[in-house]
Amino acid sequence: MVVCDAGQGCHNGKMSTATADRSLSARVDAIYRAESRRVLATLIRQLGDFDIAEEALHEAFVAAVEQWPAEGIPDNPRAWLITTARFKAIDRLRRRTKHDVPLDEALGERLEALVDPGRPEDAGGIEDDRLRLVFTCCHPALAAEAQVALTLREVCGLTTEEIARAYLVPAPTIAQRIVRAKAKIRDARIPYEVPEASELPARLESVLRVIYLVFNEGYLASSSDDAIRSELCAEALRLARLVVELLPHPEVVGLFALMQLHESRRAARTDGAGELVTLEEQDRARWNSAQIVAAIPLVEAALATEGRGPYAIQAAIAALHAQAPSWEATDWAQIVALYDVLLAMAPSAVVELNRAVAIAMRDGPAAGLELVDAILARGELGDYHLAHAARADFCRRLGRDAEARAAYGAALALVRQPAERRFLEARLARLG
Amino acid sequence: MALSASTPPRRPGPVLAGPHGADMRYLCLIYLDEKQLAAMPEPEMSALNARHLEFNGKLVDSGHYVEAEALQPAAATTCVRIRNGKVALTDGPYAETKEMVAGFYLIEARDLNEAVQVASRIPAAPLGTVEIRPCRDLEVDGVAHKATRRAC
Repeated sequence: MVVCDAGQGCHNGKMSTATADRSLSARVDAIYRAESRRVLATLIRQLGDFDIAEEALHEAFVAAVEQWPAEGIPDNPRAWLITTARFKAIDRLRRRTKHDVPLDEALGERLEALVDPGRPEDAGGIEDDRLRLVFTCCHPALAAEAQVALTLREVCGLTTEEIARAYLVPAPTIAQRIVRAKAKIRDARIPYEVPEASELPARLESVLRVIYLVFNEGYLASSSDDAIRSELCAEALRLARLVVELLPHPEVVGLFALMQLHESRRAARTDGAGELVTLEEQDRARWNSAQIVAAIPLVEAALATEGRGPYAIQAAIAALHAQAPSWEATDWAQIVALYDVLLAMAPSAVVELNRAVAIAMRDGPAAGLELVDAILARGELGDYHLAHAARADFCRRLGRDAEARAAYGAALALVRQPAERRFLEARLARLG
Repeated sequence: MALSASTPPRRPGPVLAGPHGADMRYLCLIYLDEKQLAAMPEPEMSALNARHLEFNGKLVDSGHYVEAEALQPAAATTCVRIRNGKVALTDGPYAETKEMVAGFYLIEARDLNEAVQVASRIPAAPLGTVEIRPCRDLEVDGVAHKATRRAC
């Protein structure tokens, strides 16, 4: 981290003991973790440029490490950092205007505006800035993968290398995505603002999609590095919590609850050998009951609010699973009804497939098989391994082993995630 | 100046100060399926055209309008290429896409979000795709000029 490196400078300062030195360095680190993203969000608004804001943020923390040992940590470190960073940026822009002749009139105006930013750095304004940053990074005019990379970098503060490791992509590729996204924000002039009420539902959809993508990347481990994966889930939950606090729309609350309910099952999702365990076979005693208890009221609130949408409904389905004593004793009738609502809101073949699984539990595997075959006959989900896996499961339960084997084979030909592959292979082997 | 009900008035000044303060120009290219357009019954086409003329007026009133044209079908296109000082003419573009540029609006807007608001109100938008391209300045010796300027 930036601060740790710069922290070396403390040793030449006026601190009397190494212990005090370390404790100050730890406090600066803590302030960095707590405040750097807030400060950055405000600086981007004031300076109108991501890169200048990041440089200024860095310079402000270097200044803090140099000055705080002698002067003490200011009462309001956030305000100190914003002001210091802004003046560092002004110095930089002034130096640039001296060299660049003729003087850019617009730049002059911008400098004046910066010296008097016109808006107090109050808590409310700063929280608005954080929301602006989220909406700008998740703007649908940016490529989907760029939205994810930019959000993790700018809002969550992950390094390019950390994002690259999490997504199994070379770091220069991630860096390139971020550079291109910033260039588009500048050139197409994507504004730094929270959308108006009329645009909010569509724009919020994009924000929630990015958050859920980050979560799923962490949840559906496609690499073996579990630490990085759980960190992505934690980032997604932090992001959702932030948006819930700033914009308590029922869909935001719904997604937050949905992810918490998924997360509550983390410990039970893999066995000792790291193999996947299905919801049906999970040891429910290992579910995180505190997380479930915290999520249920959120689900109820999201469902009861006008504007509820697919995330709130999915959260309600997850909540029914979370409250069920066993797979068999799950309220399948209620789950089918919720899938019907979900399909009416957002028709999708994947949702139909999930509904077929619930129908199979309510009415028996033959009913489920009929629905899956109808989806496949339409030419949909033919290349989705879980459709074939569901078909295989229904056939197995109906005692149609040859068909089950063929369907597992089709699923195995399509599956890419190693743990899922091993799971399907085990199922196939069990058929003999 | 009467503002129309359906076109929002220009919003107040920008969040970002300085060089971002001036309005940007965006070219809204309207892509339509020419076959679908040709098959449109006359009364429907007439109504669509009337809505476009009405929309022009709304854009002028709201201060977004710079220029607009509807284009002849892509088959009427001529391409000019100059290679080794020689002018070579060919018939239209050979893009295999179904949707072709059928018209455009050149607008002034505060930022991309405002441009999107305008573009989504173009009467033909529900029939095809509107591509929003930000315009850029032409820099000469480090000084930026609007590309519509007549001389340096």
